[in-house]
Amino acid sequence: MPQAAVQPSETAVDLESLTAGVVALAMKAGASDAESVAREGDEFSVNVRMGEVETIKESGSRGLGLRVFLGNRSASTSTSDLTPDGIRQLVEGAMALAKVTEEDPFAGLPETAEFGSLAGDLHLYYEDVYSLSGAERIEWARRAEAAALAVDPRLTNSDGGSFDVSTGRKVLANSRGFLGGYRASFAGVSAAPVAMDEHGQRQRAGWSSSARSFALLESPEAVGQEAARRTLLRLGARRVPTQRVPIVFAREAANSLLGSIFEAASGNAIWRGASFLAGCLGKQIAAPSLRIVDDSTMLLPTGAGGFGTSPFDGEGLPSRRTTVVENGVLETYLLNTYSARKLGMKSTHNASRGLAGTPGIGCGNLYLEPGSLTPEEIIAAIPAGLYVTGLMGPGVNLVTGDYSRGAVGLWIENGQLTHAVEQVTVSGNLAEMLLNVTAIGNDLVFRGAVASPTLRIDGMTIAGS
Amino acid sequence: MTNPVSPPHPGHQRYFFQKFGITERLLERCLGEALSAGGDYADLYFESVTSTALAVDEQIVKSASQGTSAGCGIRVLSGERTGYAYTDNLSPERLLRAARTAALIASGPARQPVQGFTEAPIADLYPVPLGGFDLDLAARLELLLRADRAARAFSPAVVHVQASYFEELRRILIAASDGAFASDTQPLCRLNAFVIAKEGAVTTKGTAGAGGRAGLEQFTGSKSPEHLAHEAARGAILQLGAVPAPAGEMPVVLGPGWPGILLHEAVGHGLEADFNRRKTSAFTGLIGQSVASSKVTVVDNGTMAGRRGSLNVDDEGSPTQETVLIENGILRGYLTDKLSARLMGSANTGSGRRESYQCIPMPRMTNTYMLAGEDDPEDILRSVKYGLYAVNFGGGSVDITTGKFVFSASEAYLIEDGKITAPVRDATLIGNGPEALKYVSMVGHDLKLDEGVGTCGKDGQSVPVGVGMPTVKLDKMTVGGTGR
Repeated sequence: MPQAAVQPSETAVDLESLTAGVVALAMKAGASDAESVAREGDEFSVNVRMGEVETIKESGSRGLGLRVFLGNRSASTSTSDLTPDGIRQLVEGAMALAKVTEEDPFAGLPETAEFGSLAGDLHLYYEDVYSLSGAERIEWARRAEAAALAVDPRLTNSDGGSFDVSTGRKVLANSRGFLGGYRASFAGVSAAPVAMDEHGQRQRAGWSSSARSFALLESPEAVGQEAARRTLLRLGARRVPTQRVPIVFAREAANSLLGSIFEAASGNAIWRGASFLAGCLGKQIAAPSLRIVDDSTMLLPTGAGGFGTSPFDGEGLPSRRTTVVENGVLETYLLNTYSARKLGMKSTHNASRGLAGTPGIGCGNLYLEPGSLTPEEIIAAIPAGLYVTGLMGPGVNLVTGDYSRGAVGLWIENGQLTHAVEQVTVSGNLAEMLLNVTAIGNDLVFRGAVASPTLRIDGMTIAGS
Repeated sequence: MTNPVSPPHPGHQRYFFQKFGITERLLERCLGEALSAGGDYADLYFESVTSTALAVDEQIVKSASQGTSAGCGIRVLSGERTGYAYTDNLSPERLLRAARTAALIASGPARQPVQGFTEAPIADLYPVPLGGFDLDLAARLELLLRADRAARAFSPAVVHVQASYFEELRRILIAASDGAFASDTQPLCRLNAFVIAKEGAVTTKGTAGAGGRAGLEQFTGSKSPEHLAHEAARGAILQLGAVPAPAGEMPVVLGPGWPGILLHEAVGHGLEADFNRRKTSAFTGLIGQSVASSKVTVVDNGTMAGRRGSLNVDDEGSPTQETVLIENGILRGYLTDKLSARLMGSANTGSGRRESYQCIPMPRMTNTYMLAGEDDPEDILRSVKYGLYAVNFGGGSVDITTGKFVFSASEAYLIEDGKITAPVRDATLIGNGPEALKYVSMVGHDLKLDEGVGTCGKDGQSVPVGVGMPTVKLDKMTVGGTGR
């Protein structure tokens, strides 16, 4: 096996000096305010399929973004060319563009007093993600797939096993004195076996483990076995008749509901009136048992920083913990500086920032507080219903709240999971669905930045045969 | 659907040679380095993209952004293995280092790439009208301001309007160890209108967009800012009075054009060769078998002038073509790239695409559509006692392995006794790819392609695509409403 060499990192570029320099150049060119962001990162991934290496990818890249203000006008540029010539074009381009935009009284950087960065180590970066040799990384991918395929003879094919690592560094600087940066690391292992039953019906389900530190990854065997278990559970899937029954959203499916609530409560949707939650501040939007928190400061029980943890947001405001919904009441919208000004409020420090464009709004670690019931207890209480393990398609209209998505899962009969279900939709309206949450599981686990325990929602419609 | 062929464009390659100092000698050295540990094939993919985004929001030109990126992806194929590395620094030492990294996929004696490159003539589907940096921004802003005015003037119920414009110019150069050499300059633009309407306590949205690989002159007629604004506003206002969508199986009539997303999800993805090479697609092993009613013929065609999904060459440098996927209901073929064509012993359909130089190419669709039939669209609607007429969709998705697909209707109506009646609220339609098109009982003579707004995602890579369809009746499909 060839050794996939760890690529030496790019010639050490001081991103702090780079961004501060870009801001200074923009100010010199006549900007009234400027903000620059730089990112660099590297990635390695290997996919193994049916025991053989299928792809190995390894690389690094960098990028630079600039946002300038001419009073209340603004524009932005981005580039992958970090040479003096590239930077000159970045600045000149932004200044020229800003002149074609118009005054927007709400545009601008945050106030100087608002900036800040969390002190102390947030445990976002672990050097050990690159500790494996190339051959060992391939072996991890191979082990995940092999463990999956070994579980059952019906697992005859595979979309492969994979092992990925990446590290990145992000720096933000602006003309009001903010300069901050942080590194983050990531490692992941996954498997996606394919099962075929006696009728020739194929099923596939993937599973993965992600962590900021290699040492915190689940074993490839654990990941492979769980992928196999999930794939086998789908065998024999059939449709069920159209009906209205309680729906239990497994954690993985419930996460997306939480994501929809966040989006609907985002300031940019609210000030446009483009959300079913517009005007709902302080109102009962969900069952009284619901408490939803967005926490960008969180450390996981393992001691590592959460997947949504960072020292500061996309505009340089210090990360914080925000209770979004308390006792079912919408306590706050999620805001960046612009949307906050539009609504006459203060930023909740939820600005997100890519290289290009204006800051958006993003969550940190977004979660629903767990309840006291086990998933088994929730299911046991249902005479007939659907346990949803996967959702498909867009199907969520955040303006009207209309919700209609493809679903796969398991049928619940007399409190027991029976056969697999596919090719059905689950439909309702988010505004009603949130009020109709009738049970919350105790099984909250952070496998990503958004995490929900198992949820039971009543009053939804299944469309099937 | 013309396919004019013109001589190679020396200008495409000259861009890289002049701007980045690339030479034929350097390309040969990189390919030699890529095959230094053996392997069957290597290629270099240079890409330089400039993009511009403008938006008018609340009648204000609020945002303007431009971006530029350049890089090179180097790939080595060895049997079924792919080694890949990329760099955003196009200096000779970085290119050679990326080549050495990609080379690690193979293990054997070095192989010599072919010396000297041959550039085949390619089509000229999109004479390049869009500028790189020196854009006429005022002309683009005028399109946005026209859309904004038209939407606000449409109805007092329109309470918020956002108009946005995006364009990019993508230059590519591909050199391969088999001597293949191709270069292209690909323009792409898109104009969108977004409207919020409000009446009493009810708030709704509407969107419309259009674009393609053509210049600003395309934004007339059904692609004019006024038409798009009116469509967005009309869609939003229609929803103000919509009734809940029905739930369950029923006849479904799909309108012409964008509802062709049905084909993209139901059959297109499942016919991409990578899934079939791995035998993980619901369509695996079905070539030559009936997968649709005999009225159904579906093609993927990357050679249509000016269309969003079209390409002179794919991202491996192969010319695109028209590929018959389903002919009179019989499954005919897959969409292949170089790797899958070689491994499956089939022809390369020129379907190797990638999002950027950072991505490994894979088989993808271009413009996917169903050919026209003979039925009158009016007759099709009249034939339905009770069902759904869906004319616009938000998007869709498919599980390749099971073939189950969804697509979400954003404008649909009840059909009652052969007549279009109440508009219904958003609902997802769900079906099974290898089965769904067997229920096609009528195909209209009104084939229409979409207005050029589609983006397809696969394995995290997004590429622009087109879809199209005539009016089609499916005797049975599941509609995911609430049925209230």
